[in-house]
Amino acid sequence: MNVEVTNKEFIELPSMNEKSNFKKTLKAIRKDWQLYSLLILPLAHYLIFRYIPMYGNIIAFRKYYPGGPVYGSEWVGLRYFKMFLTDPTFWKVLKNTIILNVEYLVISFPFPIIFALLLNELRNQLFKRFVQTVSYLPHFISVVIVAGMIMELLSPSTGVVNIILKHFTGKTINFLAEAAWFRTIYIVSGIWQGMGWGAIIYLAALSNINPELYEAAIIDGANKWQQIRYITIPGIMPTIMILLILNIGNLMNSAFEKILLLYNPLTYETADVISTYLYRMGLEMNNFSYAAAIGMFESIIGLILLGTANYISKRLTETSLW
Amino acid sequence: MKVSRGEKIFNIMNIIIMIIVIIATLYPFLYLTAISFSSEKYVYAGEITLLPKGFTMKTYQVLLSEKLFWISYKITIVYTLVGTFISLFLSTLLAYPLSKKHLKGRGIILGLVVFIMFFSGGLIPTYLLVNALGMRNTIWAVVIPGAINTYYVIVMKTFFEGLPVELEEAAAIDGMNTYGILLHIVLPLSMPMMAAMTLFYAVGMWNNWFGPFIYLDKRELFPAALYLRNIIAGAQQTAVSSGSNIGDLEQIEATVKSAAMILTALPIIMVYPFLQKYFVKGVMIGSLKG
Repeated sequence: MNVEVTNKEFIELPSMNEKSNFKKTLKAIRKDWQLYSLLILPLAHYLIFRYIPMYGNIIAFRKYYPGGPVYGSEWVGLRYFKMFLTDPTFWKVLKNTIILNVEYLVISFPFPIIFALLLNELRNQLFKRFVQTVSYLPHFISVVIVAGMIMELLSPSTGVVNIILKHFTGKTINFLAEAAWFRTIYIVSGIWQGMGWGAIIYLAALSNINPELYEAAIIDGANKWQQIRYITIPGIMPTIMILLILNIGNLMNSAFEKILLLYNPLTYETADVISTYLYRMGLEMNNFSYAAAIGMFESIIGLILLGTANYISKRLTETSLW
Repeated sequence: MKVSRGEKIFNIMNIIIMIIVIIATLYPFLYLTAISFSSEKYVYAGEITLLPKGFTMKTYQVLLSEKLFWISYKITIVYTLVGTFISLFLSTLLAYPLSKKHLKGRGIILGLVVFIMFFSGGLIPTYLLVNALGMRNTIWAVVIPGAINTYYVIVMKTFFEGLPVELEEAAAIDGMNTYGILLHIVLPLSMPMMAAMTLFYAVGMWNNWFGPFIYLDKRELFPAALYLRNIIAGAQQTAVSSGSNIGDLEQIEATVKSAAMILTALPIIMVYPFLQKYFVKGVMIGSLKG
């Protein structure tokens, strides 16, 4: 049996070069048909639930009404795009999206890095593992519970934050009803949710740094700070850049579910972002075509941001996604 | 090795920072637990900060007798089991062939799969599609549309690529077909990774509320996360309508809300310490190859 298989392959190899590409493909399919057959179901899933919706965006150019034809009734061209470009609410939510996400990125991005660096310096391995275990926990908690926690902690009458505030200042703040507080709440809770989990990837990068580099640095008389500055940071720089690119690519995607759970008409002024506006327009007011147009705009900007960030990073640091 | 004074101070500061991180992470959970075991009187008076006051199990008894909550809880288990199975099944079928570097067309398929991570059809077309397919108000609307997580597929593919090819080749020579190799050779070798993926998918399904929120109208189909969202949103409504002067409804519900949150988070908090190493392993595999 063994010999037979080897022989067959041996004989077929030379003739391969003479065959046309088409025949090669056919041969590949025949040889690997079982592997290809595995792909049928998942690829059908991607086609139906990922790629057909992309085509479904065609309703952004067509007039769609609920109960009507699935992909709309008539072409209206760029009408819906013109509509949102003249819609003052759209400009407000665009501004909110940019401010919220840029602030969030700038403020939250260093936290996992610093946390990973500090964890890396802990001597007691048991304590280190314990801190890590605890810090990952929020990542696994449902955003509904996170939102509920925030509401309980910040409740103007029963929440602990206001109990403390009242004790010191005599006043309470209805945090979730004040637009000025929304971004702070969003950012702080985001750091709480993501810092520990975000540190894992940096810890992995840290453990890949060659220990000999540190030994050499110590011999050269480098202190702890110099070691971090000249060995550790450059060592994890590619990881930092990759995550920065990904985050910039995601700059248009706010934590939509969290905002949806936490915002209310009183805080729309700062909290309403493109995705929540799109959600209200589409699913609450049934303006599907209009909402789809906004959604397309959002996705395309996201893709442009990702491409730009990737290009800049490639030029400056030689780190890139593709 | 001698430790300098500066380093000593740094180490102590570091430990203090870590303790603060631990407290900040755990405090919200302790706070909710304290409220859920306190009697309404003290919650209403704003006296709960860390420990329960007027210890009572009444809130949990109220919740225990709340039929809809338990229906939600049970159906969440069903969604989680079915959803996790479908997700793992489809992800494995996709990741395994893609881990075979010789496979023709691999690059194109991989490209189509990864592209989804950066560009998607968006909420509205997906919503219309799921409704058009007649999935509304069925379990399928909850478990099918988001069944495959592209990031996890990449993690699985990377893991499969790292397995020794000799075993698979030997099995093939012995006449085993691809399905047999996947089932009897590859999967048993991938148990730690598969465990991580199972947990990721299960946690995602357990916490899922938005899909059910937009695709389900019948209360008896709502998962626990959505049930919870509805109690919370109810309180939020009250808070808005009465401005800063919040009505009684919210205070009465504060204990119930907290108890419902604790009960919904409980399965995750309980299994978490034991499974944590698998979670981390999953991320590590993924991070090796961006």
